[in-house]
Amino acid sequence: MLDRIAKAQQQIDHACRTLGRPITVMEVCGTHTVAIFRSGIRSTLPEGLKLLSGPGCPVCVTDQGYIDAVLELAQRDDCIIATYGDMIRVPGKDGSLETCAAKADVRVVLSSEDALQLARDNADKTVVFIAVGFETTAPASAVVVKEAAREGIKNFCILSGHKLILPAMRALLGGMNDRVDAFLCPGHVSVIIGASAFAEIVSDFGRPCVVAGFEPLQIIEALAEICRQLSNEKAELKSIYNAVVTEQGNVAAQRIIAECFEAADGYWRGLGKIEKSTLVLKEQYRRFDAFARFGLSDEPGEDLSGCRCGEVLCGLIEPPQCALFATRCTPAKPIGPCMVSSEGTCAAWYKYGRRS
Amino acid sequence: MCLAIPARIVELENDRAMVDAMGNRFKAKTTLLPGAKLGDVVLVHAGFAIARVDEEEARKTWELFAEIEDFEKTQNRISG
Ligand code: SF4
Repeated sequence: MLDRIAKAQQQIDHACRTLGRPITVMEVCGTHTVAIFRSGIRSTLPEGLKLLSGPGCPVCVTDQGYIDAVLELAQRDDCIIATYGDMIRVPGKDGSLETCAAKADVRVVLSSEDALQLARDNADKTVVFIAVGFETTAPASAVVVKEAAREGIKNFCILSGHKLILPAMRALLGGMNDRVDAFLCPGHVSVIIGASAFAEIVSDFGRPCVVAGFEPLQIIEALAEICRQLSNEKAELKSIYNAVVTEQGNVAAQRIIAECFEAADGYWRGLGKIEKSTLVLKEQYRRFDAFARFGLSDEPGEDLSGCRCGEVLCGLIEPPQCALFATRCTPAKPIGPCMVSSEGTCAAWYKYGRRS
Repeated sequence: MCLAIPARIVELENDRAMVDAMGNRFKAKTTLLPGAKLGDVVLVHAGFAIARVDEEEARKTWELFAEIEDFEKTQNRISG
C-alpha cells in the first residue's frame, strides 16, 4: 500500500510542478467530504492542489423554501412528519423540526419503508415523508409511492426534494464556479446512475471526472489520476471504484425513478434555480405529492441571516471565511445546514479541520 | 446523510431481507436489486440494497468502519 501512496503522491507533485498553476478539485458527495477530512489527506497534499467540497450534502443543498414548507407542515395536527435524521435540526426562521417537536409529531426513520409503515399504523393521520437526497435515495421514495398506490394507502404522501447531481455540476461549471478543474465523482450516486453518466461533464466541459470510493487510498489514487489527466491536458472519465460501481449503474433503480418521477426546474441553496434538477412525482402519482395535497409553496425561501452556506456549497468560500464559523455557529448550535448535517462542509471543518 | 454499508443477506423472503454487517442485523429490501440471493453481500443505503459488492471490498469497508469507530472513541476520550 505504501508504494501505491508514494506513486500517487509523485503523480500529484509532478502535476503541480509542471502545470505551474493551482489545481482545484471538487468532490460532490457528503461521504467524500467526511472521508477526506477524517483521513487527513488534505494535509498531505501540495499547496498547489486545492480540494473543495461542492453541492454534495443533500440536506445542505435543500433550499430554505423547502425547509419552510416542512416546518409549515409540522404545525398541522393532522400530520405525522417522517424524516431521515439529518433533517431534524435544520433551522428555519422559527426553529427546527426538533425545537417544534413538543407540538408536532415528528418521527425519525431510517428508511422510506418505515415511513409507509407509520401510515399503515396511524390511519387517522397523514404521514408526510420528507423525501430528500440525490439519486441514491430517490429510488427508495419511488418504491414506497408505488407500494402505497398498489395498497390504496391514502394517508401517505411525500414532500419530494430529491435532486439530481449532474445538473448541479453543469450549473457550477456553467457560471457559479468555473474555476473547478476536475471532479472527484460520488461513489454511491454512481452506483445508481452508473459511471458513464459523467461522460457529459467530460465531453461538454473538458473536465476530468474520476469516480472513487471512500477509502483513503482510493481517494489519493483518484486525485493522482485527475492530476495525470490534467498534466496530459486530456480530460477523461474513469472509475476506480469498480468493486461496486458499474458503467451503466443500477438499471432497476433508474427504471423505478423514471416510472414515478420526472425532472423539473428546482431551487438549490447557493446555486439558485437549476433547470430539470429536481424530481417531482409524475401525473399518475401526483396524489402522493405533499406540495399539491397541502397547497405548499415550492418557491425559494430566504436564507438565514449571516449564514454563507450557499457560497460554501459552490466552493466559493471555505467555512472559516464565514464570520459565524466556530463562533456563533457550531455543531451544538448550528445556524446553517452545512453545520447541522454530519456530512456538511462546515461541520467537517469544525470537527477535523482545526488545530487547537 | 444515510450511510451506505455492505451487509450479507442472511434471510430472504420475496424482497424482504435480513442483513448482517459486522454482527449487526437489520432489515433491508432487495426491490432495487432483483436477483439478489441469500448469502450475497450487498451495499445497503437507506434500507435498500442498491448494489452487489464483492467480499474483498466488503471486508475492507468493514475494517475501515471498525477503525473509524475505534478512532472516534479514542478522540472522544481525549477531548472529553
Ligand atoms: S459556519 Fe454556519 S453560518 Fe457560516 S456558512 Fe457554515 S453553517 Fe452557515
